[in-house]
Parts: sequence; C-alpha cells; structure tokens
Amino acid sequence: MSKLKVAVYWAAGCGGCDVGLLDVNEALLEVLKDIDIVFWPVAMDVKYKDLESLPNLDVAIVNGSIRNEENEHIVKLLRSKARTLVAFGSCACEGGTQGLANLGSKQDMLKTVYEETPTTGNPQAVKPSRVFKAPEGELYLPDILELNKPIESVAKVDYYVSGCPPPVKLILRLFQILTAGNAQGPKFYIGSDKSVCDECRRERVSKTVQSMNRLYRRALDPEKCFLEQGLLCMGPATRGGCGAKCVEANVPCGGCGGRLNVSDQGARMIGALGSILTTDEPISIGALEALKDPVGALYKYCFSSSLIGRGVRVGGGGR
Amino acid sequence: MEEAGGKTMVIVEGRLTIDPVTRLEGHGKIDIFMDERGGVKNAYLQVPELRGFERFCVGRLIEDLPRITSNICGVCSPAHHLASVKAVDSLLGLEPTPTAAKLREMMHNGYMIADHILNFYFLSGPDFLVGVGEKPAERNILGVLKKYGEGVGRKVIEHRAYGQRIVEIVGGKAVHPVTGVPGGLSKPISEKERKEIEKMARSCVEFAEFTLQLYDEEVLKNADHRGLLVDEDFALTSYDAGLVDREGHVNLYDGDIKITAPDGSTYAKIRPEEYFDHVAEEIMEWTYVKFPYLRRVGWRGLTEAPENGVFRVGPLARLNVAKGMATSKAQREYERMVETFKRKPINNIFAYHWARLIELLYASERVLELSLDEEITDENVRNIPQESTLKEGFGVVEAARGLLLHWYKPTEDARVEAANFIPPTTCNNPAINISIRKAAGKILRGGAVDEASLNRIEVVMRAYDPCMACASHILGGGKVEVNLYSADGRLRRSVSI
Amino acid sequence: MSEFEPNIVCFACNWCTYAGADMAGTSKFQYPPNLKIVRVMCTGRVNPEFVLEALKKGADGVFIGGCHPPSDCHYVNGNLKARNRVQILKLLLTQLGVEPERLRLEWISASEGEEFSRKVREFVEELKRLGPNPLKESSTELSELE
Repeated sequence: MSKLKVAVYWAAGCGGCDVGLLDVNEALLEVLKDIDIVFWPVAMDVKYKDLESLPNLDVAIVNGSIRNEENEHIVKLLRSKARTLVAFGSCACEGGTQGLANLGSKQDMLKTVYEETPTTGNPQAVKPSRVFKAPEGELYLPDILELNKPIESVAKVDYYVSGCPPPVKLILRLFQILTAGNAQGPKFYIGSDKSVCDECRRERVSKTVQSMNRLYRRALDPEKCFLEQGLLCMGPATRGGCGAKCVEANVPCGGCGGRLNVSDQGARMIGALGSILTTDEPISIGALEALKDPVGALYKYCFSSSLIGRGVRVGGGGR
Repeated sequence: MEEAGGKTMVIVEGRLTIDPVTRLEGHGKIDIFMDERGGVKNAYLQVPELRGFERFCVGRLIEDLPRITSNICGVCSPAHHLASVKAVDSLLGLEPTPTAAKLREMMHNGYMIADHILNFYFLSGPDFLVGVGEKPAERNILGVLKKYGEGVGRKVIEHRAYGQRIVEIVGGKAVHPVTGVPGGLSKPISEKERKEIEKMARSCVEFAEFTLQLYDEEVLKNADHRGLLVDEDFALTSYDAGLVDREGHVNLYDGDIKITAPDGSTYAKIRPEEYFDHVAEEIMEWTYVKFPYLRRVGWRGLTEAPENGVFRVGPLARLNVAKGMATSKAQREYERMVETFKRKPINNIFAYHWARLIELLYASERVLELSLDEEITDENVRNIPQESTLKEGFGVVEAARGLLLHWYKPTEDARVEAANFIPPTTCNNPAINISIRKAAGKILRGGAVDEASLNRIEVVMRAYDPCMACASHILGGGKVEVNLYSADGRLRRSVSI
Repeated sequence: MSEFEPNIVCFACNWCTYAGADMAGTSKFQYPPNLKIVRVMCTGRVNPEFVLEALKKGADGVFIGGCHPPSDCHYVNGNLKARNRVQILKLLLTQLGVEPERLRLEWISASEGEEFSRKVREFVEELKRLGPNPLKESSTELSELE
C-alpha cells in the first residue's frame, strides 16, 4: 500500500494543535510509517507555492479557525486537493476562543488593539492595512474577515476531532481511521458520543443547587460534582473522549470538546442548568453570578459555531 | 514537493518573498526588495495575522482569563497561563501559598525543558545539525533523526515528553494547562507524582549536558558555524531585558525586570507594575505585530541602540542582564560561554542557541531541586481571596522566548475592563526586523539567490525562536514566501523554495 | 413604522396554554394573527435551542406559554425548569444585543382563553415598540453560510 499523503495546516490558532500532534511522541515514528507528511510549515521547509503545485492529497488536517482571507484561501485550496478534510481541534471545529471577538465588530477589535491599549500612543490611529506603499514597493497583508468562523463554514469537513488540543488518544484513533480508510460519513466525530459527565468520576448526590457562583472566591471540592458545588462546569453539554482531564485536575470543564448532538453547545448547557438549579422560586440574577458573562461562560470555545454566533451591536462586554 | 534545493536564481531589480517562514511557531512572511545591481534595498518581516485578544478578553470573568489567554499560544501555553494567573492574583491582592508558588515554578520549568528541546532539535537546530545548505526535505527533525540515528532520536522525543509530562502532572494538561487558579493551584501533587518528576528531572539534566556537548561538536568545533558566532553582520546592538532573582541570577518564573544598556550597564531595574512607564509600542501599517521600545530612549525606526530604544528578550537577553545562573552546572556553562565571547553583553544572534541550551540545563536542575523540596507535596496549595478592592493586575514570567507580560484592569464586579499583552516575540519584533535587513544585505550580495541563501535568512530569524502565534495574539498562524519585485515595485517572479 | 407587524413564534404546552389558546378561539376572544403556535407536550420540552433558532431565522419575538407554578405542570416541574432557562436566555440575549423582552414566558391555564388573547395583544404591542428583530437586519455574513 502506498503511504497516505498528508498536509497539516495551521489557520488562525495558537499552535497548540501542532504541539498536540508532537505529543503522540514515540507513536509519531509509527504513524510516519504509514503516512507521508508533505506540508507542515511549523516543522518542515515547504512553502505555500509548493502547496499550490502539489498534486492531489489524501488527507488535509486543518487546525485553527478562519480569521482572515488567507486562512480561507488555503483551506479552500486544501479542500480542492484532498480526498479527506479533517477539522482538528476546537478552533477548527467550533471557531475557538478567538470566536468571542464576534461579540463586537472587526473595527472594534482593531481600535482596541492598535489605539486603546495602554502601551500604544497612536494619535494618528495608524493601523495595519491590506496594501502598504513602502518606499521600495507595495507590501500586502491578508484582510481580516468581519467574523471568526469554524472550518465547516468555508469547506466541507469529513472528520471532526475537537479538544483544545485534541487528546493523544483521539489523535491516534484519527490516524488509525485514516490509514484504514473506513468510517466515512457526514460529520463524523472522533470522540465519545457521550458527554464529559459520562467520563467524570465525581459524586453526584442532590442533583440540585441554589446558585451558580464565582470560582475565584470558592474552595474546590475534589470529590463532588462541580455543578452541585455551585460552579459552572460545561460537562453536560460537552463531547467526551478526553477522559474528563480538567475535572480530574480539579477544575470545571471549559467545554473544549465541543457540541454534542446539538447545534448550539451553550443552549444545551442552558438546558442542563435549567434542570439542576432550584425550582422552588424564580431564580434571581444574584444567584447567577457565574453567568455575568453568559457568552464567555457558555460559549468559551464555540461562539463562532453557535446558532447566533455574533453580537448584534457593538460592544463585547457582559450584561 | 518541488525540488528546489541547489537551484540558483539570479535576481536583478527584484523583490524576494519568503512565505511562509517555516520551522517556527506561527505565520510570518519576509519581503526583500532588491536594487538594480542586485543589492538589498530593504527587507520586511510581516506577520499576517491578528486574533484580537485585547478586545475579546474585555467583559470576561477574571478567573476565566488563565484559560482563555493560554490560547494566545499553544506552544508557550504554560507561560501565558501562569502570567495570567499571576496577573489575576495581583489584581485581587493575593499571594499563592508557598507550595503553590513552587509548583507553578516547577510547571514553568517543565515547559521550558520541552520548549527548548523543541526549538533546538525540531525548529532551528536542523540548520546546524543537518546543515543549512542541505535539501529542504532533509532539513527537519526527520533529517536529524537520520543523521544521528534512532537512539538519539528516541532520547530527544523522550526528554521533550518528560518536559510535557511535568507540565501535565502539575498543570492537568500538557498543552493549555488548567490548574492555575487565583491564589494558587487547584490541586497538589502526590508523593508518587513527585518521585516521577524527580526521576525525569535527573534524566533531563543528563540530556541537557549531552545536548551542550553536541552543540560543542557541531557548532563550536565547526569552523563555518563558529565563524557565524563572531561575524559582525550577525551582531545587533540593543538593550536587553529579563527577569532576575534577588541575587541577580536568571529566574524564569518570578523576579524583577532588569534592563541593561548596550554597554552592559544597568539601565533600569523595575517591578512588573512599572513596566508601562518604560515600554511603549509603535505601529507599522505593513504588519499586524507592534514594535515595542524603551519609552525614555525613544523610537527612531528600525535602527540599533543605544540611540534607538530597541530591546531584546529571550535566552541571550536573560543571560546578558543576569549575573549568572542559580544552579551549579548551568553556572559553569554560563561562565564558559562568557569566556568564549570575552565580552558581555553578547550581541551575536547565533549565541541565542547556546544561551537556550544553558537554560535547558538550568531548567532541568531547577525542576530537580524543586522536586526535592520538602514542601512540594504539601496539600495547602490555594489561598481563597477575602473581600478586597480590586486593582490593576500585572503578571510577568519569562516565556521560552523572553519576557511576557499580562495586564488586566478590572470592573467592580471582577470582570475585565481592559487587557494588554506584550509577548516576547512582539518585544523582539524590531530586533528581528533589523537583523533580517542586515543579514539579507550580506547573504544576498550580488543578486545570486538560491534556496540555501534564503534559508540562511530564515536561520537569522529562527535564532530568536520567534513565536508568531504569540505575536499575532492580536490576529492568527506558521509560514514564509519569497517574492521578487522589480525596482518599480511590480512582482516579477515568485520563487518557490 | 406603524405598518410593522411582528412575527411571533409561540411554544404552547399541550395541557394548559395550547388548550387556553383553543379556548380563546372557541370563546371568540380575538387576538392578533402574528402568532405561529407550536404545540409541545410541556414547556420543559422547549429546548433553549428552539428559542435561539427562531430568533436567528427572523422571529421578532418568542412566546412560551405553560402551566401555572408551582404545581399545575403535568410533568411535576417542567414549567419551573423552563422558568430557569428563560431567565438565563434573557441574560444571554442581552449580551448579544437582542432585547430580552423579545422572549416572554407566561402561565396560562386551559380555562384562561381571555388571558391568552390579552397576553398576546400585549406582546404584539411591545414588539411593535421594539421594532424588527435586530438579528434579521445585521446577520449578513452568517446567513450566507446557510
């Protein structure tokens, strides 16, 4: 059997997914017996021009989200060349934390970054521009898109592996599936079909709680369900497969595993909160301190892929 | 892949674009403008990405920031996680418990081990270990493995994994750790975990010594490579900044910020809270990354110090500002390096690699020391804040690539009103741009351009171990392209390398 | 803007509000025709996704009607869970820039036909005051992705 030709591309993201790939460690040497990585800028000297001239690929693995026109161009190019496209990691699957920027406009973002931070005295409001006429010639930058988007918004995705970054176990399963060439299908998720709660070992007793509180003021009980402790844990709304790692480390689930059989992860969490919060009296706003920033709390990794996915008006603050 | 290694292209009146710059973390693009005689007129390093963390951290709960801002960079995620949690502590007027502080430092040094190994063997090292002029397809970690054999390869992978494992034990996850919470950590470590860390740290100390020997063999004893270390074209005069402990030694997790002038004298020694009094940032229209400089020295464009406030951070800068290393083996290596150069500050950019390996040894020794600390398995790892008035929070650590600062201004209800991040690659951005201009002028003299000479330009950049993800926290991605432009500024040819 | 006729999606519980709407009909209590009623077995079945999807697809308001608390619910406390969810959804909508008044939860029993028609009239008036759903006007890029 000839080796699979694989390209790895880092769109708008942090590079943690590339490090995650390295973290399969010795197994990487095994994996490389079955696949040929033909494009991986972080580790190899291959340029974009090479990509344009590459013949067809078997697999393109994309991490990061679509934040500028270059991301979009390369992902579409990869899609046109690859038999299988993998959205790898929370940014690729759900848009990632940078999706929180969709609460405000692109202009808000540029203004804050280049004019309002305390280290930038910028009275002329200089901002990076798409075309810059340097004395020697023109320089080009890719334009930032109005909204941050997950990969599926610009190209059909065959496999989804969520997680920030995807856990090693799931990466190995991805390579098994890719080399075996089976399990094709629309929206095929590599991960558990159950929630993080299914993998969580904590004790659940009352299944109800009076309020959702701020974590910074609370001691963390290592045995008891976080929701029952009155702390917001995204476990019920989040795809498992990670072994509930964060919860094992005694912090609530942040939701990086992404949507589970719904189109809106935050809405699913609201559903779960509705069930666990006390029903005796109408819940007061004071009892929902952990939800002072509902988008940050419920859509930390998935705002871009959520149903509404953007703020209507300028302003990215809480309520 | 197009086979281009070895091809020679002569470019006249051109412009060269290297896109993407490869084997570094994040996206970058170098444009080089040539004149009629094939000399270099100018060169620009552009970072084509911005994600806007300063914007979308606004409105978030303060306790969410260590997890959100870790996503600024997945390569340096423990550094961002810890700088952030330190900033949140400072905002709440809170100190971590002694054990929590030690565990955080342990996590941080574990990260440093993994990251410095990543840089030397995977990213910039292949240029020295495999050869800067080798075929692109060989010039990577796989080429390193091929040359040194699977035994060395397994050692490299194993010890990088140890660094990651130390982060995982203390931080919960190796990439994007999660245990940093206001006032300390969410969990202690067990005696079993301590033993595992001790064992890994011992092995890392040996591996760091092995790597320094390898550096000796391949760089110091290789006339070409050694020549680079003293080549004035690869020197850059700048200020240096880094964290030092009370004794003036390098400390990667905590301390005062010391800034030294190009002549080695102390320019300032400040607390993190004073950072903004000293550092300001300039914006250029041709890149999304800003240009930090020393406010009081001023900004005079892309020129060298002392007239211009350009400063450098990272392994070499840290060793330049410090009196030495706080651990014995690393101190001996430090002394050997200073003796070799017979000067301080050392300003040749290729010395970054050497400094990085000395730090690898230091970080390994420091994790070992901490693993033997009596308090390290103590269960008291968190102080819970009492009611307090919130103030601006500053958090500073030394990321692998240099000084990293997080700053948050809180609202009354403990959300973020404003945030600022100054990551190391942003600090180095002016210096990297100046270095590339100087190096391009030397390397491309006469207009002969081949893949190897273009790679030499990238080598200059890789010395800084630039992390474009960090720098682009403001936009998003890792890459370089070389375009040739004629004197009238039109694209004549693109070179595929 | 006096011509603006809001488009309302109503989720009505089978046992109380749906029957109440029926009662309004049989008793000939008039209410404006802006309402599209979706019958659900219980307000506890109203997944928060339904609300967001209705608003995303252009509804100017969402009206949820269920059994009186605390104990009229045929499924013990589905109505009370819905009450919690609506509370949180309103916080979310506010942050998104959508007026929280566009989401309304009312308790209307099977016998309260007149109450039903009155609440609907009130809601229509309120939505006329608020104007069209802002998501409808500004959702350019996202709707292109559909």
